[in-house]
Amino acid sequence: MKIHEYQAKELLQKFKAPTPAGGVAETPREARQVAETLEQGPFVVKAQIHAGGRGKGGGIKTAATPDEVEAVAGQIIGMTLVTPQTGPEGRLVQKVLVEQAQDIAQELYLGIVVDRSLARPVIMMSKAGGMDIEEVAATTPELIIKEVVDPALGLMPFQARNLAFGVELDPALLRPAVGFIQSLYRLFVALDCSLAEINPLVLTKDGRLLALDAKLNLDDNALFRHHDLAALDDPDEMDPLEHEAKKHHLNYIRLSGNVGAMVNGAGLAMATMDLIKAAGAEPANFLDVGGGASAEMVANGFRIILSDPRVKGVLINIFGGILRCDRLAEGVIQAVREVQVQVPVIVRLEGTNVEEGRRLLNDSGLTFTVAADMQDAARKVAALVA
Amino acid sequence: MSVLVDHNTRVVVQGITGKEGSFHARACRDYGTRVVAGVTPGKGGQQVDDIPVFNTVAQAVSGAGANTALIFVPPAFAADAILEAAAAGIKVIVCITEGIPTLEMVQVMDALKGAGARLIGPNCPGIISPGQAKVGIMPGHIHKPGPIGLVSRSGTLTYEAVYQLTLLDMGQSTCVGIGGDPIIGTNFIDMLELFQADPETKGIVLIGEIGGTAEEEAAAFIQAKVSKPVVAFIAGQTAPPGKRMGHAGAIIAGGSGKASDKIAALTAAGVTVTPTIATLGETVKAVMKY
Repeated sequence: MKIHEYQAKELLQKFKAPTPAGGVAETPREARQVAETLEQGPFVVKAQIHAGGRGKGGGIKTAATPDEVEAVAGQIIGMTLVTPQTGPEGRLVQKVLVEQAQDIAQELYLGIVVDRSLARPVIMMSKAGGMDIEEVAATTPELIIKEVVDPALGLMPFQARNLAFGVELDPALLRPAVGFIQSLYRLFVALDCSLAEINPLVLTKDGRLLALDAKLNLDDNALFRHHDLAALDDPDEMDPLEHEAKKHHLNYIRLSGNVGAMVNGAGLAMATMDLIKAAGAEPANFLDVGGGASAEMVANGFRIILSDPRVKGVLINIFGGILRCDRLAEGVIQAVREVQVQVPVIVRLEGTNVEEGRRLLNDSGLTFTVAADMQDAARKVAALVA
Repeated sequence: MSVLVDHNTRVVVQGITGKEGSFHARACRDYGTRVVAGVTPGKGGQQVDDIPVFNTVAQAVSGAGANTALIFVPPAFAADAILEAAAAGIKVIVCITEGIPTLEMVQVMDALKGAGARLIGPNCPGIISPGQAKVGIMPGHIHKPGPIGLVSRSGTLTYEAVYQLTLLDMGQSTCVGIGGDPIIGTNFIDMLELFQADPETKGIVLIGEIGGTAEEEAAAFIQAKVSKPVVAFIAGQTAPPGKRMGHAGAIIAGGSGKASDKIAALTAAGVTVTPTIATLGETVKAVMKY
């Protein structure tokens, strides 16, 4: 789960990792009030959306006075911000973060992830701060200093020192740097993060280390033990259909094509999307109705797929294993009747009791196209939407 | 022959009194697997279809001779269940549970080092050596004994692949779903090593997906250590970056984990990569000259 910058910074403060003074605002007037509580200008007004590259799209602006903060916030709140990460449709800005602007002497990078191969947390630090870290890793990997954490021991102070000296920080800054790294690691573990990234971590001209930006991703699998964090979820940042699907415990991701796909199992769902593309069409979605798809799940899946007006045809690809094809066919028939599907539906069933399943579909009086195999299914659906 | 599970496998099902646990304990037993015990703390002494239930895994080992664990307990308790099995001396631990927090798996993997236990999963369909033992939730009857070893990060996609192989009369030595989570106990390389060493496995099918770099690491291993023919398929060629595609581990993040990189690495290592899942069976038939 992604959270907003202002939420991440509030959490950093709880863990004693310093951030610039500031606060969140939902209206220009509130933005002005936040600025008035801060010592003095200049200020920075930052759009709060779950996407990077905000500055390039005009979502981050400076202001000299509270008056200007109000004016700038008026421009940003309500704008549809398009950044390289939002896609062309952009994202509606509903909140801004107002902060004291900083005099920056140096920009650093600090990030923590779980390395999948090592099965351990890895802390990365670089003096190439403020840049896209993937690009730094690709072009100048020697600028990234890494420390792998032993989960039984936790982060050792020497590792934090290795990082701080590795990025050639002034030894006078060792204590605050080690303190910051330790705070971020404590936060990472305590909140079950999948990513904690401070880019940039800045050294101000008056010698303070601050998280100028902050990105925290939380492990969805751990939210059951962090109810306070689950409340930070912002449904406005999700595609409305994805949000609806989540409520029904369906894994749905909206894509840009016009062939709706309903599949049981995540891997088979991805493989089916690929097959649609290979047949010359474009998938409209990823939808996994679960390895043991029930009639109710199938019906909810149909409703969500068909809420996307771009969908011109639906491909159902089900491998009946433990759950038999005849039962699945009954579910599909019931769902198609209930939802009153108006677009062509192509069904490819395989697995246990497949003959009985196909017979039920053919005899249902509904206009399914039953495909012989996956290749046939993809070709048929591509032909229908062409 | 086969790897990891066979006629000598004696299974304890952890969480046997739950809905999933009892259903699949029966299905495994009906397949011919020796399901010798179940464990649900506090329900020791009961029976599930004549399978004795114990309070602890240690009791299931001493009382029923269990040597393999199959775990169905909910995600909040699954890490504990894995470590309980390892502490009781179980050598093969199959964890079906989906949704274990990643940092708990970090702890589990650390604790399992030196324990002599192999963990398969979590978030996986399990393992089957056709005709010998099924320790998982896969439909047993689509499998057929034979010479092909199959390893996959997926569930139903694996069944699809197996079904195609069986229809083309290509049986399987052992099929393993290693799981869709970012951190898993057994990876592609572990399985490739076992299949390479198994005299009855003549060819290997590897089914990967977007996310992480396990397929790239497998490609390097294949190039260096695997002499048997390998056919692969990678799911998610059309998946957008930054989105979790159902499996917790199936996400393209920061430019890494793309299907195209995995396909390129495997192809460069001499692996035949089938462009779509629909042609997997035919491709295996052509490559293995079956």
